Amino acid sequence: MPFDPVILWTDALIYLLVIIVLCFAWYVRKNEHLLAPWRRVVHSASGMSALTVLLFFITVGLLDTVHFRPALDHKNNYGEAVYSVEVLSLFDILVTPLRTNVEKTYSAPLATHLYAKETIDLPDGSRIRTFARLEFGGAHLQHPETDRLSDIQWRTAVGIGYGLMAWSMLVIGLCLLLAHRTKQNFLQCLSAIWRRTTEIPWYAILITLAIALALIGVTCMLATHYHVLGTDKVGQDVLYQSLKSIRIALVIGTLTTLIMLPFALLLGIMAGYFRGWVDDIIQYTYTTLNSIPSVLLIAAAVLMMQVYIEMNPDLFETIAARADLRLLFLCIILGITSWTGLCRLLRGETLKLREMEYIQAAHAFGVSHWRIITRHILPNVMHIVLIATVMDFSGLVLAEAVLSYIGVGVDPSMISFGTMINAARLEMAREPMVWWALMAAFGFMLTLVLSANLFADAVQNALDPRVSTLSQKNKILRHRVAKKAAPSNKTDTSESSSTKKPTHDS
Amino acid sequence: MNELLEIDNLETILHTDKAPVRAVDGLSLKISKGETFALLGESGCGKSMTALSIMRLLPDVGEIVAGSIRINDRDILQLPEIGMRKIRGKQISMIFQEPMLSLNPVLTIAEQINEVLKRHFNLTPKAAQDRILELLDQVGIPDPARRMHEYSFQFSGGMKQRAMIAMALAGEPELLIADEPTTALDVTIQAQVLQLMRQIQQRNHMAILLITHDLGVVSEMAQRIAVMYAGEIVELATREDFFAHPAHPYSLQLFASLPEKQKRNQPLAVISGNVPSLTQEFIGCRFADRCQHATQRCHEIKPQWETVTPDHLVRCHLFSTDSAYDNNNQTTTATEVTETTSTLSTTSQPNAALLEVNNLQVHFPIRKGFFRQVVGQVKAVDGLSLKITAGKTLALVGESGCGKTTVGKSILQLINPTAGSVRYNKQELVGLRRKELRQMRSEFQFVFQDPYSSLNPRMRIIEILTEGMDALNVATSQQTDATATFPREKEIDALLQHVGLPVETKWRYPHEFSGGQRQRIAIARALAVNPKLLICDEPTSALDISVQAQILNLLKSLQNNLGLAFLFITHNIAVVEYLADDIAVMYLGRIVERGHIDEVISNPKHPYTQALLSAVPQIKHTIEHKVIHLEGDLPSPATPPSGCHFHPRCPHVMPVCRESYPQTSAFSATHTTHCFLYPQEHSSSDHEH
Repeated sequence: MPFDPVILWTDALIYLLVIIVLCFAWYVRKNEHLLAPWRRVVHSASGMSALTVLLFFITVGLLDTVHFRPALDHKNNYGEAVYSVEVLSLFDILVTPLRTNVEKTYSAPLATHLYAKETIDLPDGSRIRTFARLEFGGAHLQHPETDRLSDIQWRTAVGIGYGLMAWSMLVIGLCLLLAHRTKQNFLQCLSAIWRRTTEIPWYAILITLAIALALIGVTCMLATHYHVLGTDKVGQDVLYQSLKSIRIALVIGTLTTLIMLPFALLLGIMAGYFRGWVDDIIQYTYTTLNSIPSVLLIAAAVLMMQVYIEMNPDLFETIAARADLRLLFLCIILGITSWTGLCRLLRGETLKLREMEYIQAAHAFGVSHWRIITRHILPNVMHIVLIATVMDFSGLVLAEAVLSYIGVGVDPSMISFGTMINAARLEMAREPMVWWALMAAFGFMLTLVLSANLFADAVQNALDPRVSTLSQKNKILRHRVAKKAAPSNKTDTSESSSTKKPTHDS
Repeated sequence: MNELLEIDNLETILHTDKAPVRAVDGLSLKISKGETFALLGESGCGKSMTALSIMRLLPDVGEIVAGSIRINDRDILQLPEIGMRKIRGKQISMIFQEPMLSLNPVLTIAEQINEVLKRHFNLTPKAAQDRILELLDQVGIPDPARRMHEYSFQFSGGMKQRAMIAMALAGEPELLIADEPTTALDVTIQAQVLQLMRQIQQRNHMAILLITHDLGVVSEMAQRIAVMYAGEIVELATREDFFAHPAHPYSLQLFASLPEKQKRNQPLAVISGNVPSLTQEFIGCRFADRCQHATQRCHEIKPQWETVTPDHLVRCHLFSTDSAYDNNNQTTTATEVTETTSTLSTTSQPNAALLEVNNLQVHFPIRKGFFRQVVGQVKAVDGLSLKITAGKTLALVGESGCGKTTVGKSILQLINPTAGSVRYNKQELVGLRRKELRQMRSEFQFVFQDPYSSLNPRMRIIEILTEGMDALNVATSQQTDATATFPREKEIDALLQHVGLPVETKWRYPHEFSGGQRQRIAIARALAVNPKLLICDEPTSALDISVQAQILNLLKSLQNNLGLAFLFITHNIAVVEYLADDIAVMYLGRIVERGHIDEVISNPKHPYTQALLSAVPQIKHTIEHKVIHLEGDLPSPATPPSGCHFHPRCPHVMPVCRESYPQTSAFSATHTTHCFLYPQEHSSSDHEH
């Protein structure tokens, strides 16, 4: 076999999560009444655009989750394949040039020379101190000073071209699919998308896709010959680091939440529902836990873990397994310390809900406590859970950065937004300043968290059966109606109403 | 008389998810100076949107698309927002339905009134304080110098509404829009507030646009009346005309739907169908689909204003000159056509008490301090006894805060009673464990007041209905395979038909239903477990008159068909007169008077019962109607007054009332009261008749 599959702990949990999500999706598909709200999610323009972006991140994250050890060329004495000690992921293979093209040290984005002067031995034996050429970045250029700009422009244009070409293929494919489904002809479908009359906001999705694909095209074209986002202190490509960080961010965001949720849900609802001594115990527990600075608690736990790992090096086959266990442990300890906020919120909401008349009615039927909690209270606090989880997601990614900063975060061998930001601390203080690593981490994190937020917003709106939102489609129809009505008979009044409500024309 | 407010062909649209809702569709009206004009209509017909259009305070999705609103001949729709601010509060001001929500809890009353004064007058701080004092004095707030610096939560409901009125009056408006000003208040407080509004109007010569759904309030307050239906005015008349000869079929139906004592043995008239959706474009008459006199013409041609008398206009084809129409004929048919309910059969049953409550007490401890010591008790229910016979209805009447609901819930053991006994079929319920109680749960059920909060918004109707059956293991009658998702589907269908809902509705969520339909679902849920006793906690108070009639008919037919007993908790005397067999009047945790319905209503003995009955707004002013005004509010049940609880508000108070609680005075085998005005039971037995 050319490779040896490796399933790390976090990989296993991610696979489990994916299976759960797939099972849930299958279950929802079978039940019409559960499917209806998800259809509304699909109809939300912002939600679907966000999902498109999110899917890109998730794909990268999942590709990065499939780990294996490639076989080495030589065989051992018994004729068995020998596998590398380095654990790679599918994603690493895809972006091999990014991974392997390592420079000496800092270089700016799309640069052809190093960012710092160094002493170079010339062939004639003399030495000069200058900005050295990069080993890989722009190495194909004969005269980087003159050719670089035009080369970049050309590659950008080609990249955009490829991106848009891929995009148009997608549009054509989509239209054919739609035409097949709705029994319309191709042009009708295209014009329906263009006039935004389709149920699913393909217009918004396609615009997002166009931008995303153009960016990806440009990046692909440039990345083979340049360091698009520059290199870091040891010359590693910052784009590669940013892409690798996505998995860590997703793992910390989702797994921590998964660990935290049962605590918060169960204890919060129990405290609010049962009141009395149960409430007292839970309240005292989380007040106590909250009053200990969580950084101290996490630091203590992580350091203990670190000592354990170092005492038992034979437990781990590879460095990756060690780093991964540390990451998992970090998730667990973050989860244990961060459930208090959500727990308090849920307790308050449950206190309110338990006095609702439908809960009283359930009591009057002698419905069991467990059933009241699961059927009546839990669905009605899910919106809080959803919002809190998404809010926590960004908080947790940042917490990881802070913990890495004080040295108790992820393993130093792991690339994460936290370690990148941590490194930026010194880079920002440097003169001339190295800004690209921080910018890259910032940009990727912002996109990830923002799209997660927008998507969660759309989900929350759709899942609440009471919400009826003003859809984009009707707003447009409204404008048309108003414009048509205005010149015919109500000229003066439509003027007055538009002066009154300037928002409706904007 | 010159017109103060002139609305011409107003059209207001609400942009919602599906289609624009024409909340107000071509409304025209005129209000003269110093006049009280009532806009009458059921919820959802566009009354409040009319008021908000006049104030130009529509929600974001609202838009005025046509028409003009002139106040003193100035079109306020042409004004910029900044100009509008000079009008609001100064020329037009508004009081809202919910006084609890319309005052800011972090500002004192004085500060809130001062906001209006600052905006419209240039007063020195001293003058402003004097003016606030004067205003609060005007609306009858006792000790205004002290209370003006209190916060709204320190005020009771009636006082809050008074403060709200003071705030509305601060700008000395020419027009006061009162949007359901007394709907959230008790009858005795309502009487106080209405009286106050009348006084202020006479003193300030101010016009009032009164928006309400309560025919009684209209009849007490209004000079002219407009009936609104589905976004337009269908009838316009003076009060006398309107109450003597209502013309539009809709108005007639409203009168026929009112529960009254005279209608006891017949089902109430019900307007079939629902208010039409305002999203559609109307071709003919809007009421045509629900009208019994609808002709082909009604469906095709939009009716124009027809004149009945010069002051009485109606939008109905029946009154157009070319169609002969007999007014009297109309009234009789309106009451005749009713929902088909089974004829009432007075099933005589032995007077075995189904439920017996003895000396029930529910006290809530007040805890304070670090160690949460008990520093006092809120005596929500304080020694209450009552008895319900199988198949009969007992009405428990009282103002909000007197402990009615607590009684209902403690009978069902949803709240644990502090003392006393509740016996159902001679079995004691107090002190039963959860498990033991569960055996009994299917015998008695509860119907809640607010159909909007009594159904879980995230469960479908079928899930709501099966929940109780599953929990109590009600046996399935049909042979169904156990693998089906809903083995009880057939029973659910039967239940829904029983309460008059189509069976397809079981797959929907509660928010897709109107208030009346939701209440039907709540009733169906209670019926699902075949109870013998239903405790109904104000089941119609959140509903419109016509919907209330439907629910009352439903309850009555259920009683006849299934032999249910009801404990009907309410503050609505008209409903009691219509539905109840026995009545118990409750004041501050105790029953002050009880008896057969006829005895108590026609001959109330306790001063509180007398005041309560007189405070109910009357529609017909045939007999001399004198309102006994009660001063003040219900005292706090944490510190009930000594002696008779009612003595601080009683017009007949005697020294002995302050000292001890009166014993029972009996007038007949069933009619008893607790009052010192009548001979006490232990001292003499002669009845005062």
